[in-house]
Amino acid sequence: MDLFVSAVIQGVLLGGLFAIIGVGLSLVFGIMGLTNIAHGDIMILASFFIMVFSVQMGINLFVALAITIVVMVVIGAAMQKFLINRVITKGAEPALLVTFGISIIIQNILTLIFNADSRIIKGPFSDVNVVSTNWVSISAEYLMNCLVAVGVIIALSLVMKKTYLGRSIRAASSNVTAAEFMGVNTLKTYVYAMCIAVVTSCVAGLLVGQTFVFYPYSGTQYLIIAFGVVVIGGMGSIVGTLLGGLILGVSQLLGALFFGNGYMILIGYIVMLVLLTFRPRGLLSNMARK
Amino acid sequence: MKLEGLDVFYGDFQALYGVSMEIPKGKIVSIIGANGSGKSTLLNTIMGVNRPKAGTIDFEGKDITRLRTSDIVALGVTISPEGSSVFEDMSIEENLLMGAYLPDPRKRRQENLARVYELFPVLKEKEQQLATFLSGGQRQMLAIARAIMSEPKLLICDEISLGLAPVVVKDIYRKIREINEMGVTILLVEQEVKRSLQSSDFSYVMVKGRVVMQGLSAALPETEVKDAYLGINKYA
Ligand SMILES: Nc1ncnc2c1ncn2[C@@H]1O[C@H](COP(=O)(O)OP(=O)(O)O)[C@@H](O)[C@H]1O
Ligand SMILES: [Mg+2]
Repeated sequence: MDLFVSAVIQGVLLGGLFAIIGVGLSLVFGIMGLTNIAHGDIMILASFFIMVFSVQMGINLFVALAITIVVMVVIGAAMQKFLINRVITKGAEPALLVTFGISIIIQNILTLIFNADSRIIKGPFSDVNVVSTNWVSISAEYLMNCLVAVGVIIALSLVMKKTYLGRSIRAASSNVTAAEFMGVNTLKTYVYAMCIAVVTSCVAGLLVGQTFVFYPYSGTQYLIIAFGVVVIGGMGSIVGTLLGGLILGVSQLLGALFFGNGYMILIGYIVMLVLLTFRPRGLLSNMARK
Repeated sequence: MKLEGLDVFYGDFQALYGVSMEIPKGKIVSIIGANGSGKSTLLNTIMGVNRPKAGTIDFEGKDITRLRTSDIVALGVTISPEGSSVFEDMSIEENLLMGAYLPDPRKRRQENLARVYELFPVLKEKEQQLATFLSGGQRQMLAIARAIMSEPKLLICDEISLGLAPVVVKDIYRKIREINEMGVTILLVEQEVKRSLQSSDFSYVMVKGRVVMQGLSAALPETEVKDAYLGINKYA
């Protein structure tokens, strides 16, 4: 029982982290119907930037994050404007191939510069437990990850609801032509949406990078997590990513508890498949019309 | 606005043949034509959704033929599209606010909201409901109201009466007249001859992608327009 409760709690906390890993993927899919294959690599690229600035150059972690966000937003905007936007009007498939190319380029450049060594970002809460009783322990790091992730996702969903930027992104996801009829330049909106997705990935990159070791090619593994989160929660639904993360996190840790650590990932994806059998578009999909 | 010699194709199929029109400032102009005569194609060409193979579109002395849709809208040309295409998963209010997306109308969005709610009180009542729950007539009102929110100089309405009850249509046409009296030029597209002639200053009749008849609405004989519309004898 203790182990069960502990696994559920850790699963929930891990789920928050999973949610922020997935939210950018969901946003980009929602607005341009594009599955960004480079999504995980963008996050890991951010982890490397933060690692270089904070660990190697000794800059304060939060300043390092801020600089990374600026750099990554420039990279993300350029990627959208000069690569993806050029092909997105021809349909989602060519754009998907472009992001596949970007993924390979990021992995190769990172490997060239950093070799295949494992890295980690030294976070402020490593090895601290907030609750540590005989029957359950909660690591400060996991708790922090979850709180930050949930905070960012709530902030994002407020932006989407309350601001003209968010409304124009939703309008463009709902109907490109009608959005253009409102005077929305949907190609520019795609750039803004990609920038927002990149900012969430920078935060995710910090959280992931201080919790787990990462390598130049770790992006793929996180793309799969993001994909699971988004598919369970519903493609394009921001709040759905919280639910998707939660379900994936809890099922992974319960899977590990009942079947052993080796089965953790597998169980997570079995749960995903079962859910999809009943709700093929995900739990909170707003893509029903498409 | 001035259209000159527009040829528009869908692949190999030619939908418009040298269409020329003039839409004078401050007037109501109607385009009458049967289903499939190319009315929506023409409007979408004006809006930059379709690209003409030949011809030019001029708005207030500016060539807008190759402009991006959002840039055309920014110049003051707004459409209430066929089938209304409201943003389904947004509330009425959010749909209307999207109408005031451009910088200038955005500054005056509260006044404009009040103005369109005065024109269409039913929208005010349902302000917070999702557009997806509206009836056909309410959707049309929302689409028109949303278009007005952008403070257009030229408002284009594509078959706003389609599938609506006659009373609702009458009501909507009264609103169109009111909007025109506020100084907005209006381009109406309809299938119904009588109402089009009654509610406009100038009319064009289209058959199979061509303009076959034009003139002051008051001077056009309804029966002849109907013949033309149906593609009878000399107009076919
Ligand atoms: N997207 C399209 N692709 C191919 N053909 C089209 C398309 N839209 C309209 N058409 C064709 O162009 C002609 C004119 O259609 P349309 O402009 O919608 O007429 P209207 O609005 O007068 O009913 C029709 O023959 C129609 O089948
Ligand atoms: Mg039509």
